[in-house]
Amino acid sequence: MLYFTRWKALGIILTALIVCLCAIPNFFPEEQVKTWPAWAQRRLVLGLDLQGGSYLLLEVDSNYVKKERLDQVRDDVRRTLRDAKIGFTGGVTVRNDAVEVRITKEGDAQAALAKLRELSQPLGGLMGSSGQRDLEVADAGGGVIRLSIPQAAMLDRMRKTIEQSIQIVERRVNELGTVEPVIQRQGNDRILVQVPGLQDPTRLKELLGKTAKMEFRMVDTSVPPDQAQQGRLPPESELLMSASPPPTPYVVKKQVLVAGGDLTDAQASFDQRTGEPVVSFKFNSSGARKFSQATTENVGLPFAIVLDNKVISAPVIREPITGGQGQISGNFTVQSANDLAILLRAGALPAPLTVVEERTVGPGLGQDSIEKGELAAYVGSILVIVFMLLTYRLFGVFANIAVAINVAMIFGLLSLLNATLTLPGIAGIVLTVGIAVDSNVLIYERIREELRGGRNAISAIDAGFKRALATILDSNITTFIAAAVLFYIGTGPVRGFAVTLGIGIITTVFTAFTMTRLIVAWWVRWKRPQSVPI
Amino acid sequence: MTHTVLIGLGVLIAILTVVSVFGWLPSLRIVPDDTHFDFTRFRRISFPISAALSIVAITLFFTHGLNFGIDFKGGTLLEVRAKSGAADIAAMRTTLDGLRLGEVQLQQFGGPENVLIRVAEQPGGDAAQQEAVQKVRAALGDSVEYRRVEVVGPRVSGELLAYGMLGLMLAILGILIYLWFRFEWQFALGAMIANVHDIVLTIGFMSISQVDFDLTSIAALLTILGYSLNDTVVIYDRIREMLRRYKKMPMPQLLNESINSTLSRSIITHFTVTLALLALLLFGGHAIHSFTAVMMFGVVLVGTYTSIFIAAPILIYLGVGEHREDAPDTATPAKKNKA
Repeated sequence: MLYFTRWKALGIILTALIVCLCAIPNFFPEEQVKTWPAWAQRRLVLGLDLQGGSYLLLEVDSNYVKKERLDQVRDDVRRTLRDAKIGFTGGVTVRNDAVEVRITKEGDAQAALAKLRELSQPLGGLMGSSGQRDLEVADAGGGVIRLSIPQAAMLDRMRKTIEQSIQIVERRVNELGTVEPVIQRQGNDRILVQVPGLQDPTRLKELLGKTAKMEFRMVDTSVPPDQAQQGRLPPESELLMSASPPPTPYVVKKQVLVAGGDLTDAQASFDQRTGEPVVSFKFNSSGARKFSQATTENVGLPFAIVLDNKVISAPVIREPITGGQGQISGNFTVQSANDLAILLRAGALPAPLTVVEERTVGPGLGQDSIEKGELAAYVGSILVIVFMLLTYRLFGVFANIAVAINVAMIFGLLSLLNATLTLPGIAGIVLTVGIAVDSNVLIYERIREELRGGRNAISAIDAGFKRALATILDSNITTFIAAAVLFYIGTGPVRGFAVTLGIGIITTVFTAFTMTRLIVAWWVRWKRPQSVPI
Repeated sequence: MTHTVLIGLGVLIAILTVVSVFGWLPSLRIVPDDTHFDFTRFRRISFPISAALSIVAITLFFTHGLNFGIDFKGGTLLEVRAKSGAADIAAMRTTLDGLRLGEVQLQQFGGPENVLIRVAEQPGGDAAQQEAVQKVRAALGDSVEYRRVEVVGPRVSGELLAYGMLGLMLAILGILIYLWFRFEWQFALGAMIANVHDIVLTIGFMSISQVDFDLTSIAALLTILGYSLNDTVVIYDRIREMLRRYKKMPMPQLLNESINSTLSRSIITHFTVTLALLALLLFGGHAIHSFTAVMMFGVVLVGTYTSIFIAAPILIYLGVGEHREDAPDTATPAKKNKA
């Protein structure tokens, strides 16, 4: 137990040294570390609870996605049947997560079924090999045809929706000019957004809470809004409210002239005549063509700029707009003009997002937590160190060296893993200091016992190590299981605790098996002790 | 101030280290070398006491309940600090009550300028929670610094609770399986009874003290599990060793010997863990206060007691070492002697 070959000793020291050295980048300012080679850039990341910032968990509305799809299927069914001149009664309805249509003549049912089956596409496009389709068309009996969305198709749609949403969220968050935001998918329908340093997420939530579906449509001047409100609404139009207070109704045609997808750029600026904030925009070529055509045909009529089904403004077309650019004015403040420009540039979300969890820590609390965590760590370590010295004297010094190496290795490994350090994580390190000496205590107490049993110094040390190491392994594995489970179930700060606890256990076992033994072995070789001062 | 203290303590360490190296320091023995306490005899007292305490804890859990934090209950929590002077809690209460957000709790902590505001979960799903927090922010305005804002919607809180409970079960199961492989099934069962005892008593403590029961409490519970087991395993290891060595020693005496020979280790280790926890409790700030308090109770008070007075003596009832004379060494060939 006390004999190490030269190579083994060298290996142990090199391993410990390299792991410890991994902690070095943490002692240099971040900007400086960025200039180092990539492999040397790994460092600890402070959790949001320590550096301050916002954590948002967003959920994509799966019901909305389903409803969108069903509405789309309904329109497709209506169009298909009309094109095929197949009569149906009672309209096409969305009921119980499916689209249903009743064919008038029984003889048409087979033809209708065949036509509607054409709407169903294989999942995953042409490459789809699963044999599953995105729509199930079935004869429900009594002339009713039922079109439903299979589970797999719905999951596929959700996956695509999430992917698109993440891209849009990324663009919107980046527009805020924040440092290193983290945007990740979580589970089937959630997106995690972490923005370090953000104190008040209100604006971020506002930016993310809008789908930003932008449409240019004509105002329906055939019916005054107050009459439309009483129900005299033409079928091709709908009643929309204004975006800014007071709520004013507008009758707007359902047909979309140009949609937000055709925008290439949007910037907040000031109107040259009135000086009020406006958003100026540019269309791509197809958008410009459509817009030019629409404005040429409708000079003198008002058109509506609609965002998320609310009318931002409804200016009258004074002359054809052919340049493919224009500006939107609508009671904007500088901030709201800026936000609209951001939303238009980033594009529309495929489905609305809801904030289901929010955790924000201000920079003041973060700094406080760091200071308190550091102080607790120092005091805890010092208390333990002093206690070990008083209890085991020279062997206490050995134990303290081992614990110091242990802590340095924890920081090294945490940096190597780019792990996140949280306040509970600091608690985990302090606790590890308390528990790391346990391995030394186990060894030393065993040595004492063996000495009492009548062994001579060297044989007692040898036996003490031998017997204690098995126990150390067993007892630490149980704690490691708890840490692993905690890592798996925990999020944020709790996961940070699990990480430091788990890594602490690994380094504790490593130092007990190697460093402590090596130090004691050197001492034995050097001193050839007759008695053990333990 | 604190820096001077730290530097002072650093110097103390340096001096102690030098003194230790030269061997001028008397050795401090917390536990005498050769103890012979009859721990197992206490089982006639400790088992009924533990049973009674467990029943009390369970009763408390059902009558008093746990003070669920927003992680599990949903709702909003704001930690604010008045920008000038002490916070006027009464005025804040009036302002917030005017918002009609249902139950709103205000609580001062760690100084007159800090206030913790809890708003109960609003009916109407996730969006309603967001509206509530916006209203509170608007009502309090710029007079306070928002140090922490947490909003947990109804679905997430349900999931977090389910996950936390699942984790606790998984941990117990995982540890049980590990002990089953390393020891015999009686040991695994004994450790598990001790485990459940630890958790039940700690939950009783959380019920009495009404500390927030949230994700960090689950973390504390899992850590308590780990450390209590750590202790139990050390004693079990020794029992196993003794079982191999002394084939004829009566079980109660063997258990006593095992506990006594690991006693000084148990106490010294718990002392160091206590020192570390004490530092966290006193200086770690309120954010981890309930976390460390629960851990202090669980690891230091319950954990030690459990491994000595429950986990070890219970092996007698589980029939460990009953037929050693009839079954000599060859009966347990699978157990490799690692020591």
